[in-house]
Amino acid sequence: MSKRNYTNLNVNPCKMCMPMGGSLAFKGIEKSMIIIHGSQGCSTYIRRHIAAHYNEPVDIASSSLTEEGTVYGGSSNLKKGLKNLIRLYQPSVIGVLTTCLAETIGEDIQGIIREFILEEDLEDKVHIIPVSTPGYQATQYEGYYYALRQMVENLAEEVAHNEYINIVVSDVTCEDIRELKRIASFFSDKIIILPDISDTLDAPYTSEYSKLLSGGTKINKIKLMGGARATVEIGALIKDAYSPGKYLEETYGVPLYKISVPIGLEYVDEFIKALSQITHKTIPKELELERGRMLDGMIDSHKYNGEGVGAIFGSPELNLAISSLCIENGLTPKLVMTGSKSKKLKEIIEEKAKRFHMETIVLEDSDFSTLQPMVKQCGINILIGSSDGKFVKEKVKVPLIRVGFPIHDQIGAQRKLNVGYKGSLRLLDEMTNTLMDLKHDDYRDRMYDDYYTPLLKA
Amino acid sequence: MSKDPIILEDRKSFVLLNEKKQNNTIDCEKDSVSGAVSQRACVYCGARVVLNPVTDAVHLIHGPIGCSSYTWDIRGSLSSDEENYRNSYSTDLQEENIIFGGEKKLEAAIDEIVETLSPKVIFVYATCVVGVIGDDLVGVSKKKSKEHNIKVITVQSSGFAGNKKDGYKAACHALLSLMGEKKKSDEKDFVINYLGDFNLAGEAWIIKKYLKEIGVKTNVVMTGDSTCDQIENAGNSQYNIVQCAGSMTYLAKQMQMKYNIPFEQVSFFGVTDTANSIEKIALLSGDEAIMEKAKALIAREVDKTNAILDQFMKRLRGKKVAIYVGGGFKAISLIKQFRDIGIESVIVGTQTGKKEEYKKIRDLTDEGTIILDDTNPSELEYFIKQTGADILVGGVKERPLAYKLGLAFIDHNHERKHPLCGFVGAVNFIKEVDLTVNSPVWTFINEQGGEGYEQKELYQLERQSL
Repeated sequence: MSKRNYTNLNVNPCKMCMPMGGSLAFKGIEKSMIIIHGSQGCSTYIRRHIAAHYNEPVDIASSSLTEEGTVYGGSSNLKKGLKNLIRLYQPSVIGVLTTCLAETIGEDIQGIIREFILEEDLEDKVHIIPVSTPGYQATQYEGYYYALRQMVENLAEEVAHNEYINIVVSDVTCEDIRELKRIASFFSDKIIILPDISDTLDAPYTSEYSKLLSGGTKINKIKLMGGARATVEIGALIKDAYSPGKYLEETYGVPLYKISVPIGLEYVDEFIKALSQITHKTIPKELELERGRMLDGMIDSHKYNGEGVGAIFGSPELNLAISSLCIENGLTPKLVMTGSKSKKLKEIIEEKAKRFHMETIVLEDSDFSTLQPMVKQCGINILIGSSDGKFVKEKVKVPLIRVGFPIHDQIGAQRKLNVGYKGSLRLLDEMTNTLMDLKHDDYRDRMYDDYYTPLLKA
Repeated sequence: MSKDPIILEDRKSFVLLNEKKQNNTIDCEKDSVSGAVSQRACVYCGARVVLNPVTDAVHLIHGPIGCSSYTWDIRGSLSSDEENYRNSYSTDLQEENIIFGGEKKLEAAIDEIVETLSPKVIFVYATCVVGVIGDDLVGVSKKKSKEHNIKVITVQSSGFAGNKKDGYKAACHALLSLMGEKKKSDEKDFVINYLGDFNLAGEAWIIKKYLKEIGVKTNVVMTGDSTCDQIENAGNSQYNIVQCAGSMTYLAKQMQMKYNIPFEQVSFFGVTDTANSIEKIALLSGDEAIMEKAKALIAREVDKTNAILDQFMKRLRGKKVAIYVGGGFKAISLIKQFRDIGIESVIVGTQTGKKEEYKKIRDLTDEGTIILDDTNPSELEYFIKQTGADILVGGVKERPLAYKLGLAFIDHNHERKHPLCGFVGAVNFIKEVDLTVNSPVWTFINEQGGEGYEQKELYQLERQSL
């Protein structure tokens, strides 16, 4: 089963649009701004979602297309918008993301940008990167990687071989990126993280507010990516056409390690082994100890997790990694659902589940209206995914562990650590404790009803 | 590059310094300036916020997924019965639908909805793309209405065709087309419609209870906790009272023409406005008994509420507030409500305010107040610093900005989960203001800032250790 209940309808979507993903990607670049070419609402909705998730100011401009621009073309609107935002923000990079509207009226954003750079004499002063992100083509998941790919295509240069390792990250948290950097630092001090939202979307409070944060991946680092020792791309499922790592491999011959989000023992191992292989360094004692602690924690909690039957939803990459973590600990990921299309997701999860005698149902290109009735039928006792699962949580009364994007009904999404041995164990503990609460909270009443009440009636 | 990086040349006429002696005016009701990072949304957004609380209708968004995804169940509107409205239905258009047209998919989607839910009414919202590819929504709606014998109502909400307030209008048109004929009635009670309340955190229920207590019957609230049947019957009331002016004055005017129902503006934000509005409604009824009961209710509630407010007011004296909200009427209400509790407004801005509303804002506020139409984060940051505001009132997007600037913040948006209207709302409001502006957190920020350790002290320590 992989189809939704309705064939011509999506009810309660588990996906967002491409410009959302593109915006998240650009937020991790130093001194970057984004302009969404389309009507005003798109940028506002995207800003609202990102601001609520990260609790950070999120400035995204819009070319504010109106009827006139829609009929006669939005070139002058977009140019004016670029001019204005350069004036207000003085960015080093601008991502120009298209919307359904701009794509449908056939805007040639590459051409418009070329003209604009010439007219304003901006060559070498600001990098303007066009990314075609029509909302009807794919989801935020593909939009994210595609924006990264366009950055690399536009900025990476033919450079001499260098010592850097490119790490292209998936939709992980700010804390996750800090952890990935820490792990990578055991192997090399020359790491390029693309994109790096750890400071831009989790900025410390400072007396002086700056609306365009430094932090984020530096442009001159992106330029070096073509000469790197290797690319580790956290994106096991993303198609080649959207993959920045694939582009670097094909264009500059940078060896590509495509791996899953390092959550769960197997995938964290995979990440660390890749780094070890690239750098020819042995795995340090410190990480071995962390691995041991994780295994110890897994043993501590395995029985509680064995009673867990989970529904996991969100973007394909996180679905895969979290399912893997669950399977390794005996928690059955009975339902795995994504709004994006990904056949590979299904293949990998099912195979892994089979290895441990578990059965899973993977729903791709699906929605929450399909998931909701199945949650009951499948005896799910834990939901794992974004805040969008709160509707199911409320209706079916199953607890929800929030992972992924968006998390807008809780605080601290950016600070949650999910990757590495430490993060995996933290997430696992959160799941275990939720399952333990389920068992303990109504223990006395349940036992009374189950065994004492029949005794009274006997 | 301009020497003035704060206010763009194109934006200067949308920024006004209140100077009482000069009769200066502000530009408003225009398209947003491209690239200025406006806080506004689109036509579709306007339509969706107004119509969405109709509880038993199916809200079907015809377009690619984003529009549906970003508006799914994020608002706090409550229902006393059905919850169809909390689901987000989308035709989820794909590339091939854009090329070959989306009408077939829309038709099939309506069929599926009818088959599984058999609703009385389906609202079909147009998004940017369907406006461009030219799907005939009205044609499809007509055809499907006939076929299934239900009401399929097109909402003309293509995002680019205006701004948020055009969406309000589109929603009003949809509501009007749902309303039936006026019936001959021998109703003796004073029956009103309450327009422009979306029942956030039960606000419509709070007001309905006041009205019930004084003997006024509420026919329908539009659109908070309303049903399609109630809206169909909306023409059978003696009066319309309008709370959210921006979204519903248009509907009230249309209903006046269609059903000869007069309307009156009210506001239930703050003690003064709430008391005045209840009194106003009582007067409109022309019924002595209602007027007596209103007087009694007001006397009881005002005293009780003011006693609570007094306790907090001491702690709030001298604070300054910056207001940036959607509509002009809400801004006016807030200025008054803050004044009631001893707080002056130093910045007042709106996304969709009208000329006359800005005039009122200018009259209401002190000299030196900054008035802003369709402002952006750069201007807000600049004026907040310049005026030394202590509190910002706004929505989700403004909250992190306030916090980064070290400012207290009041959520006055559709996502909140506590009522802010009526007497109970006035208490909630002052409690929230006090909670945020007098939080201990600001002490640390004011005393040490973000950086924490002063180099000087460390230096002294080193000296001592020598």
